[in-house]
Amino acid sequence: MKPPARQPQGFGPVAPAARARWRARAGWVLTFFVLACLGLPGLTCAADRLLSFHNDGVGKASDEMARFHQEMLEDNPSELWEARGEQLWRTAAGPLKADLTGCDLGLGAGVVPGAFARLPRWFADARQVMDLEQRLVWCMTQQQGLTRAEAEQDHFGNGPQRSRLEALSAWIAGQSKGLPMQAGIGHPEEQRLLALGERMFRYRAGSHDFACATCHSGDHRRVRLQEVPNLTDPADARQAWTSWPAYRISQGELRTMQYRLADCLRQQRLPEAVYGSELITALSMYLAHQAEGGIVTAPGLKR
Amino acid sequence: MLTASLRDRGALTVARTLQQDALQQFCSRPAAQQTAEDGLALQQAAAAAVRFPADGRYLGSWRRGERIAQDGRGLQYSDPANVPAGGNCYACHQLKPQEPAYGNLGPSLLGFGTRHGADAVTLKATWTQLYNPHAVHLCALMPRFGQQGILTEQQLRDVMALLFDPDSPVNQPSQANE
Repeated sequence: MKPPARQPQGFGPVAPAARARWRARAGWVLTFFVLACLGLPGLTCAADRLLSFHNDGVGKASDEMARFHQEMLEDNPSELWEARGEQLWRTAAGPLKADLTGCDLGLGAGVVPGAFARLPRWFADARQVMDLEQRLVWCMTQQQGLTRAEAEQDHFGNGPQRSRLEALSAWIAGQSKGLPMQAGIGHPEEQRLLALGERMFRYRAGSHDFACATCHSGDHRRVRLQEVPNLTDPADARQAWTSWPAYRISQGELRTMQYRLADCLRQQRLPEAVYGSELITALSMYLAHQAEGGIVTAPGLKR
Repeated sequence: MLTASLRDRGALTVARTLQQDALQQFCSRPAAQQTAEDGLALQQAAAAAVRFPADGRYLGSWRRGERIAQDGRGLQYSDPANVPAGGNCYACHQLKPQEPAYGNLGPSLLGFGTRHGADAVTLKATWTQLYNPHAVHLCALMPRFGQQGILTEQQLRDVMALLFDPDSPVNQPSQANE
C-alpha cells in the first residue's frame, strides 16, 4: 500500500532569510547554554539537558522550555542537511555516473515520500533486512558502482568532513514527516531481527553489566539530569524513534540512528559498533516496532 | 552475529566483552525464565566472593571519594587508557546536597552515614553493596565495582568515606535542595 503522496517541502537552496534567522537565534542559544553550563560544576549542564527532555518526549520540563524548544524547531538547522541530501539524491556520482533516483527504498524505485516510515524492512534484492542507512549504502553500490567501503567512508560527519549518508538520511526521513511509523514485521527475517533486537535490548554485558534496558526500561528515569525515555513504553518509544535523525546542538552535526545507537553501546562499555551491522539493525527493528503508529517528526532537534 | 557487529577497540575486545558470565546471563533473561534456585545460587556465590579489606580499614578520604563519585570516565573505548576509572555515582544517586545534577536510577544517599551509623555490620553491608550489589539485590542495575575491578580497594574506601565520614558533605544537614 502506498502512503498518501505529499508535497515536497520546497527545499533546494535554503531561504537566506531562514539562515539569517537561525544565525541570530543560534547566537542567543549559544549564549544561553554557555551561561547555563558555567553555572554548574563538573560535566553537567542543566539547560542543555533540559532541552532534550522535550526531544525525547518524556515531557516533564517546564512549559517554558517546551515553548523554547518549539520556537527553535521552527529554525532547525537540519534544513541545511536536508537540502544537501536532496541534491545528493539527484546528482550523478561514482564510476557509473548515476544519481540515486532509481533507488528503491521499499516503496518502488525513486519513491521517497513515506519510505522512511516503513523502515527497517526486508529487501528481496539484497536478501537482508535494512534500515535507511544500510539501504542508502546498498543503492550507492548498485546504482553508482561504489564499493561498500567507499559508500560508507564518510558515514559520520565531523566538521568540514561532511557525510553524504547523514544528509541523505535527513532529507529522506523528512519526506515521511506527518506519517505513522510502520516498520516491516511480516517477513520471517524481519521477525528474526525483531526478536534478536528485543533480546539484545536486555543483554547485560561488559565491565559494568549494562544493557539498553538498564536505563531505558523504567518510567521517569534520569541519568544525572538527563531524562531517558522508557523504550519499552510505546509512548516514549514513538517520540524517541520518530525524532531521529536529528540535529545535535552540542555537536553542531546532524546525527542518524546508526550514530545514536553506536554511541549508546559505547557508553555501555561495549567495543565499537560496526556501521550498518546486524546488531544495530536488530536494535533499530525493536525500537521501530515499539514506535509503531508514532508520527514521524524527523529531522529532530536535540541537545 | 554479534562478533561481526562489533570490533575490538583499545582494551575492549569483542571476545571478552560479549562472553556473558553466569550472572549476566541470568539477569538478561525475562523474569519468567529465571528460576529461584539459580537466583539463590548466584546470590550466594556473589556474597561468598566479596573481598573485604584485609586490614579492616573501610574508610578512606571523602574528598577523593567525592571526585570518584563525580567522575564518569573509565572503561569506555573513548576514555584515556591508564587513567583510573571513576565511579560515576551521581549518574544514579543523590549524594551531597550541593550537587543538583544527580540521577534517580538508584536511591538517594543524602545523609547516608547519619541515617545508618557506621557500626561494623553497616560498614560490611555497604562494602558488599559497592563490591557486588547482586549479593544484596540480585539483578540490581548497579555495576559490580569491586568484583569487576572497576574501582580499586582504595577507591572503594574513599567512596565509603564519602558515605560515612561525619565530615563528608553527604552527612551535612541539607539546606539546599528538597
